Amino acid sequence: MNMRATQKTEEKKKMRRDIVKGYVIFAIVLVIAIILLLVFPDKQEAATTTAWNYFLEMVFILPAVIVIMGLFSMFVSKEQVVKYMGKTSGIKGILLAIFFGALPTGPLYVAFPLALTLLKKGAKVSNIVIFLSAWACIKIPQELVELQFLGLKFMTARLILTIIFVALMGIFIERLIEWTDNKRIGVSQEVEK
Amino acid sequence: MSTTVIVINLFTLGCFSFALVKNRTKAKQSLMVAIKSFVRILPTVLIIIVVISLLLAFAPPDQISRFIGDQSGFGGLLAIAVLGAVLYIPALLSFPLAASLLQSGAGVASVTAFITTLTMVGLATLPLEIKVLGKKFAFLRNGLSFIIAIAIALTMEAIL
Repeated sequence: MNMRATQKTEEKKKMRRDIVKGYVIFAIVLVIAIILLLVFPDKQEAATTTAWNYFLEMVFILPAVIVIMGLFSMFVSKEQVVKYMGKTSGIKGILLAIFFGALPTGPLYVAFPLALTLLKKGAKVSNIVIFLSAWACIKIPQELVELQFLGLKFMTARLILTIIFVALMGIFIERLIEWTDNKRIGVSQEVEK
Repeated sequence: MSTTVIVINLFTLGCFSFALVKNRTKAKQSLMVAIKSFVRILPTVLIIIVVISLLLAFAPPDQISRFIGDQSGFGGLLAIAVLGAVLYIPALLSFPLAASLLQSGAGVASVTAFITTLTMVGLATLPLEIKVLGKKFAFLRNGLSFIIAIAIALTMEAIL
């Protein structure tokens, strides 16, 4: 109990240090930028206009996107993901893997242990690959920001292509692993009937 | 304000109201989580904004275009895909960066490859992935992700 408490304060301290580090780096970058712009005054207007425009775009969407991420991380538990994804296969399995991967519930390193749990519970390798890939690059908040900065056409085209290629990759990796037949991903899976 | 901004904010408002109705304490907690992550991501956001404005002000479009634009060919595409795999920028912030690169003369293929490898291939997270899911799985997933990133990029260039 006590140990866990100290561990927690340790983690908090580390987090605070990281945040401070971020602001220090920002300050350094800002100073460099100001010096550069003082040396090249003709670039000042272009730089400040761009900075202001990008700042506005961020201000309008970033808070909303971050609130969505907070909501999903509180309301969707890992247990629920494991329960619903389980051993599903076929198109349904692929769609569920994409759906649960796309929910904004944390960074990629959170997904690895979750993927292992799913594998142990008998999930298909293809679905795990798809799940991890969706987790990495089809997150709902990411898509929203992509929509804002790169437009609807770019966002939908990349989304559809990514889903197609990721599904193919999942199936390919599964075949390859079954073919070499070592099945040494963490824990050997249950033999499929 | 663009329609995108309005849609995103309405969507968030809808989700949050729904959460409030479903579970008041959890909704409030998620707001706290959001504030914390906002404080954490803010410096990176500001850094990216400064970098983008310097990039657009100083890097001449014809130079950018020569390295990662239409004239750069496959070598440029590969180089930026590798860069995306090695760098560790939060995905959320890769999009404004990508937009500024496009604006200053980069090609659709390069920008797509950059975003895709940045999110899907993680050299920074590879050791952990190996530890948890095994060497074979991790190398296959990251290696193939790199290849499909190039494939997605080339297809994007062809259709957009």
